Amino acid sequence: MEVGQMQRSLVDYTKSLFLEGVLDGQFLQLQQLQDDTNPDFVAEVVSLFFEDSQRLLNDLTRTLDQPNVDFKIVDAHVHQLKGSSSSIGAQRVKNSCIAFRNFCEAQNIEGCMRCLQQVKQEYLLVKNKLETLFRLKQQIVAAGGSIPVMELSF
Amino acid sequence: MFEVFVWSLMGLVDCYIICCRHVKEGVSTSIKMESCNCIEPQWPADELLMKYQYISDFFIALAYFSIPLELIYFVKKSAVFPYRWVLVQFGAFIVLCGATHLINLWTFSMHSRTVAVVMTTSKVLTAVVSCATALMLVHIIPDLLSVKTRELFLKNKAAELDREMGLIRTQEETGRHVRMLTHEIRSTLDRHTILKTTLIELGRTLALEECALWMPTRTGLELQLSYTLRQQNPVGYTVPIQLPVINQVFSSNRAMKISPNCPVARLRPLQGKYMPGEVVAVRVPLLHLSNFQINDWPELSTKRYALMVLMLPADSARQWHVHELELVEVVADQVAVALSHAAILEESMRARDLLMEQNIALDLARREAETAIRARNDFLAVMNHEMRTPMHAIIALSSLLQETELTPEQRLMVETILKSSNLLATLVNDVLDLSRLEDGSLQLELGTYNLHAVFREVLNLIKPIASVKKLMITLNLAPDLPEYAVGDEKRLMQTLLNVVGNAVKFSKEGSVSITAFVAKSESLRDSRAPDFFPVPSENHFYLRVQVKDSGAGINPQDTPKLFTKFAQNQTLVTRNSGGSGLGLAICKRFVNLMEGHIWLESEGLGKGCTAIFIVKLGIPEHSNDSKLAFGQKMSGHGQTNFPGLKVLVMDDNSVSRSVTKGLLVHLGCDVMVVSSSEECLRVISQEHQVVFMDVCMPGIDGYDVAVHIHEKFTRRHERPLIVALTGNTDKVTKENFMKVGMDGVILKPVSLEKMRSVLLDLLEHRVLFEAM
Repeated sequence: MEVGQMQRSLVDYTKSLFLEGVLDGQFLQLQQLQDDTNPDFVAEVVSLFFEDSQRLLNDLTRTLDQPNVDFKIVDAHVHQLKGSSSSIGAQRVKNSCIAFRNFCEAQNIEGCMRCLQQVKQEYLLVKNKLETLFRLKQQIVAAGGSIPVMELSF
Repeated sequence: MFEVFVWSLMGLVDCYIICCRHVKEGVSTSIKMESCNCIEPQWPADELLMKYQYISDFFIALAYFSIPLELIYFVKKSAVFPYRWVLVQFGAFIVLCGATHLINLWTFSMHSRTVAVVMTTSKVLTAVVSCATALMLVHIIPDLLSVKTRELFLKNKAAELDREMGLIRTQEETGRHVRMLTHEIRSTLDRHTILKTTLIELGRTLALEECALWMPTRTGLELQLSYTLRQQNPVGYTVPIQLPVINQVFSSNRAMKISPNCPVARLRPLQGKYMPGEVVAVRVPLLHLSNFQINDWPELSTKRYALMVLMLPADSARQWHVHELELVEVVADQVAVALSHAAILEESMRARDLLMEQNIALDLARREAETAIRARNDFLAVMNHEMRTPMHAIIALSSLLQETELTPEQRLMVETILKSSNLLATLVNDVLDLSRLEDGSLQLELGTYNLHAVFREVLNLIKPIASVKKLMITLNLAPDLPEYAVGDEKRLMQTLLNVVGNAVKFSKEGSVSITAFVAKSESLRDSRAPDFFPVPSENHFYLRVQVKDSGAGINPQDTPKLFTKFAQNQTLVTRNSGGSGLGLAICKRFVNLMEGHIWLESEGLGKGCTAIFIVKLGIPEHSNDSKLAFGQKMSGHGQTNFPGLKVLVMDDNSVSRSVTKGLLVHLGCDVMVVSSSEECLRVISQEHQVVFMDVCMPGIDGYDVAVHIHEKFTRRHERPLIVALTGNTDKVTKENFMKVGMDGVILKPVSLEKMRSVLLDLLEHRVLFEAM
């Protein structure tokens, strides 16, 4: 694939992410923070997010498996996850976290379980998408092109 | 004549004497020749005759001598007599005649030769002198006669002067009377007093029997007796105004004699045998106020007159003298002037009273209006708060509800609730804004801001809707558009959002393009904006924004209505799009506040529409704006504004921690991160200027940290500024933050622009409570 085509497909892919609501404006903000002094900022933050989220999800699964679920702890974890996802712009993950929190407050175990599933799903989705995105970028860079600056228009 | 007679008599006598003498001489000579003839006189009466001749000669001589003496005596007595020489001559003549007669006495008897010689001499002399005198008299007598005529002439002249003196005296007397009268009349400004005084004074000066004033009635058809001198309360006699005598008097400004029998003069019952005194009438012009122009004297043509009638005492045989008539005329004029002054005074007093009343009424109205405005403002303020609180609750809870699990029906219902309440919130805001705008109480909040960022933000906000409608939005910022501008950022964004929102709202498909550039003078003056006079100046530039959409377009007839409140164009807008029609009206007011102009152009229905507005923005100064100085150091996409600013970030969530750090590093700060409050308190020092702490951390109380920081740094300038990062922005939280002494609150997630502006504000003002 030649560079132009790759760039175009990158743009389209990014656009689709936004259109689907997987990512929101916050992600663009992150991209803005990346500059020459901080060339891998986005990648760093994203990987941090992956680590963090993975850990939190594991903790959540474990906590919810307990016979006496400590909702406070669950809430704390979900809160963390919500914070991370909103910081990175993973919109869907954040939304599902919000729903999760409501069930926590209601102390509804089944609701929480369901939400957890949802959150996991969304997380995996966004992880997938972001990894694809980075791969595309790497390809372009490897091919000698430059990453097109995101236009603020559709 | 008598003298002439006497002289001629004397002359005759002389002649006779001379003749007799000759005869006598002859006789005596003959007698002497016949000396001894002794013929004794035949006339024994001769002796008697001789004696009588002797006596008369003597008396003649006496008279002759005494006359000059008398003449001399009397002439000496009178100082002036022009003909002295004549007198001398006359005197000589008379003396000589006298001498002659005297010497004649001696010639009656025998006389010697000496006597004869003397006699001859005297006679000769007498002859000479008398002839000379006779000749002289021819010249003198006409002169003497003319003296007489001159005397007569002078006497006449003297009599004339006397008469004139008398006249002048009377005139002066009249003048004095007039002055006195005028003084009396003009010493008051009250109408009645003026007229009464006039009559009294006139009566006194001219010793009148009766003096009356007839005023025209309101209808102008009759004269009514208004004032009299003698009668205290005149009964209201009226006289029609069209009487010939009255017309006569009115037609001239002179005082005229009228018959005592005419109706205006018959004021008292006629007392039979008495001869009524002469009556004079004069007109008194009544100057009506409306006749006055400021600069010219009113025309005398359209005038009303009053009639003043003066009657001399009956039976006094007095006549009206000319000077008295003149006096009356002058007084009438003066009365007219005095009356007009009184009228003016009345008028001005009335006007002043009216003004005072009006003032009071206006004052009352003003106070009422102020009360009404105050009431309205109170109402608005209350409504503002009272309406927004529940609105806020509804919107917040509905959006929260939306994020829970709902059946499709429920979701639909919740969405509708959300949409409606958003609409309502917008409406409330709009109404409140508009009322403040119309009040004139809205003022732009000026500040320096990033112009490009405003556009980008608007774009961000409108993107979701546009994407739903599958509209393409493009933004075109001209390269010479300044990055920073001075103005009201919020209102500009509101305007822009409204305009772009409308474009998106009314376009079902296609694209919306936003163009922004600096307007040059040619493009400033637009034929569609005739009363917009942009004045370019040093510190300002005109921003021109054009938003073109490919929507339904606007019927040219509807263009004027677009900016009016509440007027919706029903043909274009479907009910679903909502909006109250206030948006454009508010935009227009904002634009006007920014000294600009907004208008819409459309080629017609279906051909899309372009909204254009021009606003005046300030150019931030370079010298005293440190922000701009920082802004010069551009590096790629972002801008570092705060080189070396030491910042501490406290957040337990690694992702958000690194994001925040990335933000601040991007802005050039020197960032230190901590993940717990203990660590924070350990690490914090005077060098840190700002502390960003995430206060959503469960289990860790951000408040405590803040309190500890306050305790650690007692003095304000040593203490770092504390900013809370939170996802929760309700009022209670905000109040809590303020209570523990935080300097600001920011809502997560934080955008780059938000962080930048927050830091700017923070460092400038040392406090920030707006960044929600």
